[in-house]
Amino acid sequence: MNQPFVAAISQIGPDSDVVVTSRVRIARNISGFPFSSRASNPVLQEILRVVRRAVDHSPHATPIDQGLRWIELQSASSRDRTLLCERHLVSRNFATSDKPRALALSTDENSSVMVNEEDHLRIQFLCAGSRLTDAFQSAFKLEQSLALALNFSFHQRWGYLTACPTNVGCGIRISAMLHLPGIQIMKETDRIKRAARDLHLAVRGYYGEGSESTGDFFQFSNQTTLGATEESLLGEFNDVVLPRLIGYERDARAAALARHRTKIEDVVFRAQATLCAARLLSAEAATKDLSRVRFGVIMGLIKTDLAIVQRLLLQVQPAHLSVINPIALEGDDMEREARATLVRQTLALANPEMK
Amino acid sequence: MKCDHCDKPAVIHETVIRSGVLAEVHLCAEHAIAAGYPVPIEQPIADIFPQVLGSAVKVEGAKTKERTAKCQACGLTFAAFRKTAMMGCPACYEAFMPMIAQIIERAQAGATHHVGRSPVGGDDSQRLQKLRVKLTKDLESAVAAEQYERAAQLRDELRSLDQPIRGSQP
Repeated sequence: MNQPFVAAISQIGPDSDVVVTSRVRIARNISGFPFSSRASNPVLQEILRVVRRAVDHSPHATPIDQGLRWIELQSASSRDRTLLCERHLVSRNFATSDKPRALALSTDENSSVMVNEEDHLRIQFLCAGSRLTDAFQSAFKLEQSLALALNFSFHQRWGYLTACPTNVGCGIRISAMLHLPGIQIMKETDRIKRAARDLHLAVRGYYGEGSESTGDFFQFSNQTTLGATEESLLGEFNDVVLPRLIGYERDARAAALARHRTKIEDVVFRAQATLCAARLLSAEAATKDLSRVRFGVIMGLIKTDLAIVQRLLLQVQPAHLSVINPIALEGDDMEREARATLVRQTLALANPEMK
Repeated sequence: MKCDHCDKPAVIHETVIRSGVLAEVHLCAEHAIAAGYPVPIEQPIADIFPQVLGSAVKVEGAKTKERTAKCQACGLTFAAFRKTAMMGCPACYEAFMPMIAQIIERAQAGATHHVGRSPVGGDDSQRLQKLRVKLTKDLESAVAAEQYERAAQLRDELRSLDQPIRGSQP
């Protein structure tokens, strides 16, 4: 788990200039149990046991996935739990709760199942770039293999029942994490957010529900889960909404560069200079400036490999940094110094002219 | 102007699109209320006609149900659900009808039925047949009640049952 290079969030894929990651998540609950929030610890333990048996016997343990690793969150260290959170494999609530809960995770870290989050199962496929169709198929393949061993709660009218009544029906959340510096610079963010809401999409920050957007990263996801088939929800998002959002951002970038070139160069090169010179860096400041450098790389202003910047965006997060430098404490000078050194050295290696 | 359905004076005048054709609607207070319009006049409801009182009692009944509803399976009360927006168990969905139907339809942009996949191994064709019958019936009553938005939604849900890609097969 200490290797940041496996994580989807640190890789690049199709349309990575705008789309950082694609994700499909399916909520399922097992018949005969209360939902997680109303289940006692012994019941939650029993759910873990039942799901683990299903995971271990899942025919999904194909050569592609080499099976799913079982991680009990209660016995994982707080750092490991934060690592999972920083890789967008678990929610923050899931990482910090003290209830019995587990994560089943494939070796490539694309497939995972959160057990005893808000719903008994949150089956997820997360990958780099714009690959929602792959994510959709893989998530449902895993869901179906688990359905062979587990009896999912299903209602004639409402479909798959979920702890929160707003997720009933397909119980599916299709989302994409987008990097939107162009829209931000052109001051179109509010308009895009309004348009997204009109299309019944949720717009969230870097770490999902309840988080602020950091470094111009936004997560868009469907809110409607009832009254349409899974395929049509995917089609709507993948064929209509996403290409439109990507188009808006690319147009905004081109317009921004044509109209405000000097201003953009100033923002991008200032961020680059800070990252190459700073001796103390907070996680927040590093994320913000790396986002600007990412923009500069995509626009051809900075000659560095996008993959290196993408990886740094994950490596500067507190838990990932503490893997490299275990003594430092989050937020102290030693930690901020370690972060600054890592960023400076990585960027210098990637582009010797930057020194 | 007189009401479309009786000789009483019309108090609601509206232009609507019915089967693609513009039509004018004129309704008296009673027929307006029956068609789902808000009460159009200041007169106390009880004076207009006694049936409305009946529906007022029904509303009061629904309010009482909201206050007292409790899931027998897990013990969650509707009042407690209100605070957290989290259901306690699958049985809560039946226990909290009809309030929960309103909440779901509002959150789901008016959607009324699940038309997607169902668990592997279940008899999908029978479920879909039943769903088709129910959706058709709901569609007819929505049209009869001139709830056109709901009717359009039900029509879309009905159509999506005919989509070639249906997911329950692995």
